[in-house]
Amino acid sequence: MANIAGYRAVIEAGNNFGRFFTGQITAAGKVPPAKVLVVGAGVAGLAAIGTSTSLGAITYAFDVRPEVAEQVESMGAEFVYLDFEEEQKDGAATGGYASVSSPEFREAQLAKFRELAPEVDIVITTALIPNREAPELWTEDMVASMKPGSVIVDLAAEKGGNCKLTVADEKIVTENGVTIIGYTDFPSRMATQASTLYATNIRHMMTDLTPEKDGKPVHDMEDDVIRGATVTHGGEVTFPPPPPKVAAIAAAPAKEKPKELTAEEKRAQEVAAFKAQTKSQVTLLAIGGALVLGVGLVAPASFMQHFIVFLLAVFVGFQVIWGVAHSLHTPLMAVTNAISSIIILGALMQIGSGSMLITILAALAVFMAAINIFGGFLVTRRMLAMFQKS
Amino acid sequence: MDFGFTIAAYAVAAVLFILSLGGLSGQESAKRAIWYGITGMAIAVVATMVGPGQGLWLLSVVLIAAGAMVGYQLATRVQMTQMPELVAIMHSLVGLAAVLVGFNADLEMSRVAAAFGEAGLAFPRPEEVSTEAAAFAKQFTGFAAIVAKKTAVEINILKVELMLGIWIGAVTFTGSVVAYGKLAGKVDGAAKKLPGGHVLNATAAALSLLFAAMYLGGAGIWTLVLLTLLAFFIGYHLIMGIGGADMPVVVSMLNSYSGWAAAAIGFSLGNDLLIVVGALVGSSGAILSYIMCKAMNRQFVSVILGGFGGTSGPAAEIEGEQIAIDADGVAQALNEADSVIIVPGYGMAVAQAQGAVSELTQKLRARGKNVRFAIHPVAGRLPGHMNVLLAEARVPYDIVMEMDEINEDFPDTDVVIVIGSNDIVNPAAQDDPNSPIAGMPVLEVWKAKQVFVSKRGQGTGYSGIENPLFYKENTRMFYGDAKASVSSLLPKID
Repeated sequence: MANIAGYRAVIEAGNNFGRFFTGQITAAGKVPPAKVLVVGAGVAGLAAIGTSTSLGAITYAFDVRPEVAEQVESMGAEFVYLDFEEEQKDGAATGGYASVSSPEFREAQLAKFRELAPEVDIVITTALIPNREAPELWTEDMVASMKPGSVIVDLAAEKGGNCKLTVADEKIVTENGVTIIGYTDFPSRMATQASTLYATNIRHMMTDLTPEKDGKPVHDMEDDVIRGATVTHGGEVTFPPPPPKVAAIAAAPAKEKPKELTAEEKRAQEVAAFKAQTKSQVTLLAIGGALVLGVGLVAPASFMQHFIVFLLAVFVGFQVIWGVAHSLHTPLMAVTNAISSIIILGALMQIGSGSMLITILAALAVFMAAINIFGGFLVTRRMLAMFQKS
Repeated sequence: MDFGFTIAAYAVAAVLFILSLGGLSGQESAKRAIWYGITGMAIAVVATMVGPGQGLWLLSVVLIAAGAMVGYQLATRVQMTQMPELVAIMHSLVGLAAVLVGFNADLEMSRVAAAFGEAGLAFPRPEEVSTEAAAFAKQFTGFAAIVAKKTAVEINILKVELMLGIWIGAVTFTGSVVAYGKLAGKVDGAAKKLPGGHVLNATAAALSLLFAAMYLGGAGIWTLVLLTLLAFFIGYHLIMGIGGADMPVVVSMLNSYSGWAAAAIGFSLGNDLLIVVGALVGSSGAILSYIMCKAMNRQFVSVILGGFGGTSGPAAEIEGEQIAIDADGVAQALNEADSVIIVPGYGMAVAQAQGAVSELTQKLRARGKNVRFAIHPVAGRLPGHMNVLLAEARVPYDIVMEMDEINEDFPDTDVVIVIGSNDIVNPAAQDDPNSPIAGMPVLEVWKAKQVFVSKRGQGTGYSGIENPLFYKENTRMFYGDAKASVSSLLPKID
């Protein structure tokens, strides 16, 4: 309904506005574009902004919640910023609706409006605070400073109006020729559209109420929608409903702040990590040491000499390989492949043997390993040569 | 005769190899590192040829030259997209070489034993060395000389090391050949098992142990041959049972095996350099496998045992439909975008689209747009596969980001283009606890304002899992061959 009201407000304003919305340069002269100010960028406000920009007007919009600036700009309007320093309460905390602002803030806001009043042609006010009278945002002196022929559409007329001159359900013209529209029945002025949308809403509500699709309503008081729409249930008055749990769509998505750790916590974590690491390392070392000792008890010294070399090499290998860049894993494989053909040494040692069979087998091994050495290194070189900086 | 000079050379070579691996920590130092590796290898080979392997060195030189020719051909002809196959087939060569060297060691041992027997001396050598025996042992050169000096315990250890070397080498050989076949598309990529499955593997492993015990008991070389055949079978069957998507893990695992095989042979030959390098390669491969497994959030064991584990429940239903878009739409979005992230996958490699992608990147960058690449650790079929392809297409490496570096930037990105990747951008990994890939870290492309998926058709990814990304509201499907699709965008970018 707010959507319809926002749209219709612009149409009504245009109906009572004597000029084009869009700027034109014609043979018959230049037409400046209309300037529209939308106060309050809720659903109605945003709808009004969209309609107004698509008609070609220069549109400004204001809201007490600075986080909607992005939405306003996404609709093609310019957000009016205040030169005001105050901790703004995040609209998300109040379910995306505006709350009462401080007197200082109000002053700054009115001053800004006063500045804009002589410039703008059409003002559409949509400012409402839940459960309160509409705040006065467009004062009499602002109306007085507007150009003759300007139009004010007060969508808050039902709750007393954002402009004190507004008369609910009436269209009045002030002494200086400003039209103030205070209709409260905008949705009814677009009955077909309103009914269609309302019907769809109700149908969704019904779907929600009858999850089994068998026509039997299931009154789930945990469901935000159903709970919010319930006034009495089970013989008890359940009004007013609790405030909606979820942050409204209008609010900027709450960013998950990474938990700031205090210095102490950080240190504690580091110490814990260090301890865990030490523990695992010591355990590994102990197990490894025990194993090596065990082997050493049985194996002869000549074996142990080689075994020590082996252990150290494995250790070095682990240390070195972790440093290899991910992008170089393919070259790494090619290189390790090439150097694993070090097996050629074994074959070379055997090739000079006295036995013919051994010589032949060794020769074969030398040949294959040689393919590998050259192929592996060359291909690695080819790959590495391709890596280049931009 | 001791080879003090050879040992010194080995020490230098070992240090060079370590530097060569360590140098791969950055693109620039890597170019130097490769020369360390080459020099190390050259020193090691020359030192061996003038030292313990001096017999028949002419033959050795000829063979190495021949090997060099073949290797050169392979390395220069291979397409960068075929890298995984090449690496796999090369592993098989190392494995086979290890098997041959292992057999030779056994033959040599029998020969020495026979010689001792003929001379009427005890072999293996008793603890008390008779001068006679010591003098007799001097006639042997090379490996035989080492064997001739060993005591009974040492001979047994030697045998164990030999068997390990041969067994691992044999598994590596057939495993790599199968991996090659799968990667090259010559063997069906799907996980396959002979009837019996793991029981068959377990039986083969048990039989291997049995033959190993018999060999230790002095049953002769036929047990060694049988052992090798069993290992061949295990390698074949093990890798056949692993699906194509797990290939990065398999290849790095085989890499690791080839290293361990070399190390085991090094033990039996008493060659420290072999041990060092084998251990380096082995641990490098092990770490790579670990990184790959972690990137896919899978247990190493479950990858090796093959196939995807059973799901814990029905996968979440996907609502919505895939919406297609044509080149004009994509080009328009690209023209309007300020920041673009491209997520390449195996599909880009298959379609050879990296050149077109690179050109697109250049055009977009020339227009001041922020273009970056997001690489998932297991994109492609080899660790770092995508990086190599992009580098080949002259995409500067400083705009190619890792998953962890770029994942946070997706919400601020205007357009994401997914080219031929699927599982690595599957939101089900995060949203759907029943998904087989639940918990796997993925690129959060769906958080971007718009996602275009270049894909050949509506099929699922390698894992066969439906991808809800394709049904998201901000996703548009850009069907067609990746190369043709990207090329068609080029003239439309202005």
